[in-house]
Amino acid sequence: MAQLDSKIPSGPLADKWRKHKTEIKLVNPANKRKYEIIVVGAGLAGSSAAATLAELGYRVKNFVFHDSPRRAHSIAAQGGINAAKNYQNDGDSVYRLFYDTIKGGDYRSREANVHRLAEVSVNIIDQCVAQGVPFAREYGGLLANRSFGGAQVSRTFYARGQTGQQLLLGAYSALSRMVGAGAVELHTQSEMLDLVIVGGQAKGIIARDLVTGAITSHAADAVVLATGGYGNVFNLSTYARGSNATAIWRAYKRGACFANPCYTQIHPTCIPVSGDYQSKLTLMSESLRNDGRIWVPKKKEDAKKDPNSIPEADRDYYLERMYPSFGNLAPRDIASRAAKRVCDEGRGAGASGLGVYLDFSDAIKRLGEAAVRERYGNLFDIYHEITAESGYQTPMRIYPAVHYTMGGLWVDYNLMSNVPGLFVLGEANFSDHGANRLGASALMQGLGDGYFVIPYTIGDYLAGQKPGSRPSTDSADFKAAEAGIRGMTNRFLDIKGKQPVSHFHKRLGKVMWDGCGMARTKATLEKALREIPPLREEFWASVLVPGSADTLNQSLEQAGRVADFLELGELLCLDALTREESCGGHFREEHQYPDGECKRDDEKFAHVAAWEFQGKDKAPLRNTEPLNYEFVKMSVRNYK
Amino acid sequence: MVAENTTKNLSITLRVWRQAGPNQPGKFVDYQSKDLNPNMSFLEMLDVVNDELTLKGEEPIAFAHDCREGICGTCSATINGKAHGPGKGVATCQVYMRAFRDGDVITVEPFRAAAFPIIKDLIVDRSAFDKIQQAGGFITARTGSAPDANALPVPKGDADLAMDAAACIGCGACVAACKNASAMLFVAAKVSHFGLLPQGQAERDRRVLAMVSTMDALGFGNCTNQYECSAACPKLITHDFIARLNRDYLGATIRHAFKPEPAGADGGT
Repeated sequence: MAQLDSKIPSGPLADKWRKHKTEIKLVNPANKRKYEIIVVGAGLAGSSAAATLAELGYRVKNFVFHDSPRRAHSIAAQGGINAAKNYQNDGDSVYRLFYDTIKGGDYRSREANVHRLAEVSVNIIDQCVAQGVPFAREYGGLLANRSFGGAQVSRTFYARGQTGQQLLLGAYSALSRMVGAGAVELHTQSEMLDLVIVGGQAKGIIARDLVTGAITSHAADAVVLATGGYGNVFNLSTYARGSNATAIWRAYKRGACFANPCYTQIHPTCIPVSGDYQSKLTLMSESLRNDGRIWVPKKKEDAKKDPNSIPEADRDYYLERMYPSFGNLAPRDIASRAAKRVCDEGRGAGASGLGVYLDFSDAIKRLGEAAVRERYGNLFDIYHEITAESGYQTPMRIYPAVHYTMGGLWVDYNLMSNVPGLFVLGEANFSDHGANRLGASALMQGLGDGYFVIPYTIGDYLAGQKPGSRPSTDSADFKAAEAGIRGMTNRFLDIKGKQPVSHFHKRLGKVMWDGCGMARTKATLEKALREIPPLREEFWASVLVPGSADTLNQSLEQAGRVADFLELGELLCLDALTREESCGGHFREEHQYPDGECKRDDEKFAHVAAWEFQGKDKAPLRNTEPLNYEFVKMSVRNYK
Repeated sequence: MVAENTTKNLSITLRVWRQAGPNQPGKFVDYQSKDLNPNMSFLEMLDVVNDELTLKGEEPIAFAHDCREGICGTCSATINGKAHGPGKGVATCQVYMRAFRDGDVITVEPFRAAAFPIIKDLIVDRSAFDKIQQAGGFITARTGSAPDANALPVPKGDADLAMDAAACIGCGACVAACKNASAMLFVAAKVSHFGLLPQGQAERDRRVLAMVSTMDALGFGNCTNQYECSAACPKLITHDFIARLNRDYLGATIRHAFKPEPAGADGGT
C-alpha cells in the first residue's frame, strides 16, 4: 500500500507556504550544477519549470514529442489567466480567489495547495509582463481584466482570445534563452515511453526519437512530468490530437498513484460534432459568456427553426433563469449539464438537436459590432471557418465537449508523487482543481507550478541526494526498461491485424462518452467496464500498424498512446463507479438534489482516491487521502 | 449538423508528395478519395485517406498536425501551390473540403525551403526557427525578479501592435511562400513584438543583431519585398514589421559599429 503523506505544513492557511519555504532544504549554488533534472513536456508547466530550474543552475534536459516546445497544447487556451491582483478595485483578494477555486472545485481539492496557488497568482502576472507577454491594456496603459465563470469579480488577465499562446510563448522564450545559454538540453520529437526506477526512486526515462526511431535511456537525479491531461481517452475532445497520457500512465505502472481519474471537465461552449469523420472538437472560449447570452427555444417545435425568427418571448435563457446571480457565467460543470438537460428535453438547436444558442445580438446592440469584434474577433473567425456561419448575424451553436482532466498523478504539497524523485506539474497532477476547474485557472496552475513552486520544492528532495549519485544508464534497471519498450514496439508491428489504430480510439471514445461522460450511472459505468477489456483484447489481437520501428511512424506513435488509453479508460470508469456521490465534473445521476444539482457525500467521500497499480490483470488498489478542511466549511455549492 | 448549408459530397484526386526519409528521392503519387463530406477539414480528409491506405497495407501519408484549431503551428502543407492552401488567414488544419469542387485534383507538398529539410512525406524540420529564437528572441527576466505588472504602463496602441506581431504561430508558411525562402517575416514579428514594448528595450540592439545573423547562418534567403509571406501568413501578420526590422537592424548595426562595448559587458550572464 502506497504511503500518501500530503506533507501539508501546519499553521494558519495564509502562512503555510511562506513557512514551508523557509523550512525546506536548499541546495547551494555550486552544487546545483551537479544535479541533472529531466523535464518531460514543454507546455506552461514544463517550459516554465525547465527555464526556471536552469536559471537556478541545475542541468536540465527537456523532452517534448512536438517538433518545438512552442507547440504544446497550452498554446490553445483562449480566455485568460486568473490572478488576485485586485487592479479593478472590485473586492478581490488572495482569499477570494482561494475560496472561489475551492468552491468551484466542489470541495474536493486541498485547501493548502489552492491557497498557495492564489498567493503565487500575483507573481505570475508580474513575471509574464516582464517577459513581454502583451496582455490587453486600458488606454492609460495599465492592464485590463475580464470576468470568468464562478467568480463575481474581474480578475482574469487576457491577450485577446490567445492568452494561452502568449503565456506559452513567454515561457518558451525563457526556455529558449536557457537553451541558447547551454543550460537546457532540448530533445524535441522525443517521446517518453517509460519511467526508470532505481532503488525505489525515479532516476530516469526511456525515450523514443520519433524521427529516427532510436530508443534511448536518460538518467537524472529527479524527473519532472508536465505532460498534460488525459482527455483524449474520449477520442473527441478539445485537446490536440497528439495530447496523450502515455508518460503519466507508464509512471502509474511503475508505482505512481493515479488520483481521482473520474474528475473530467466537460466545457460548455464548444462547436458541436458534425460527423463521424470528426477528429476534434473546437472550443469557443468561456470569455464569450461575458457578453453572449445562452438560450434554447421554450417550445420543442421551435428547435429546428431559424433562431432569428424566434421571438424574444419564446426563448429560454435558461442559465439566467436558473442561476440569476451568476447567470451565463455559472461554472463549467453546471453550465454543461444545464445544456445537456435542455437538449435531452428536445429543445436543442440544429439538425442533431445537440446544440444551444450563444447569442451576441444584445451585446452588439449595447456595444456595437466593432467592440464585440475587438474583444472576441478571433473566436468569431474560428466559428466562421468551421461552420461557414457568421456569429455576428446568427446566434452561434455550441455544445459541451471534453476539455480538461482534474485528476492526474497524486502529488504531495511539494508536487512530488509517491515515487521519490518523481515530480508532477500542471494538468498532469491532480492537486488544485478538485472535482471541477474554474475557467482561467489552468494557465495559473501550470505557470504557478513551474515558475514558483517546483523551483523551491525540488531542492528539498535533491538536498537529500548525494551529488554524483545519479545511476548510469548502463545499469540493469535502465537496460531492462529499454528492452521492455523495444519489445512493446515490435509487438505492435508484429500483430499485423485488420484494423487501423484510429478505429479503436473511436470505439473507446464512444464507450467512454456514453458510459462516463457528462452524466454517469452505475449501469452505464458497469456497461463501459464490461466493454473496455474485450476492446483492449481485440486491439492487441487485431490492430494494424504499418511501417517499421526505425523511421518516423505516426501509426506506431498512436498505437502506444491508444494502448494506454484502453487501460486508463477502465480505471477512469472504475473510479467513477466507486465514487458513489456527485461532485463537480463527476455527476452520478443517482446522487442529485431535486433541482438537478450535485449531491456530495462528505461523510463517505471527502477524500482523494489514489489508485495504485498492482500488476497486469490484477485489480488496482484504491488508497485514500482524507481531505481535512480546517478553514472553509464544506457546503452545497450555490450559484443561484 | 454544422453542415446544413452544404450537403453534396465530393470526390477528389489527391496528388501527394511521398518521400520515405531525409535525403531520399521523392515523388508525387495519386490517390482517389470518394464521397467526402464538404464540412470535413482537410486534415480529416487525410485521416480518412490514411486509414484506407493502412487497410490496403500501404504506409499512410506522414503529415504534421496537432491542435487542429490553427494555433499550435504544427500543420504545414503547400496545397495547390499555396502554403496552407486556399483561404486567407488560416492554417492547413483550418482548410475545409468545402473549399474544393467535386472532381478536383489537389496537389499537396511539404513546405519547401533549404532551411526546412524534409523528414518524411509532408513533414519538414523547422528547428531552425527555434535556433533563431534561442539566439535572442526573448526578454531576459529571471523568474522572481519582476516588478509589479502595473508598475510600467504600456500605451494601448503599442501593446496592441505588439500583440499583432506576437500572434505568429511559427509555422513557417512565410518561408515556404517566399521565392527566396526568407524568414524575414518570422524574425520581424518577434523583433517587433519585443521592440515595441518598454520591457524589450534593454536588449533591443543585441536581439535584432543576434536573430538576423542566426537567420542568415541557417540558410534562409533575403527579402526582396514580394510580400508573399504576409499573404500566406495564417495570422495575417503584416510585412510592415519587416520595415521595422530593417530599421532596427540598421540602427543597431550603426550603434554597434560606433559604440564600444563596455568592458565586461557579457561578464554577468
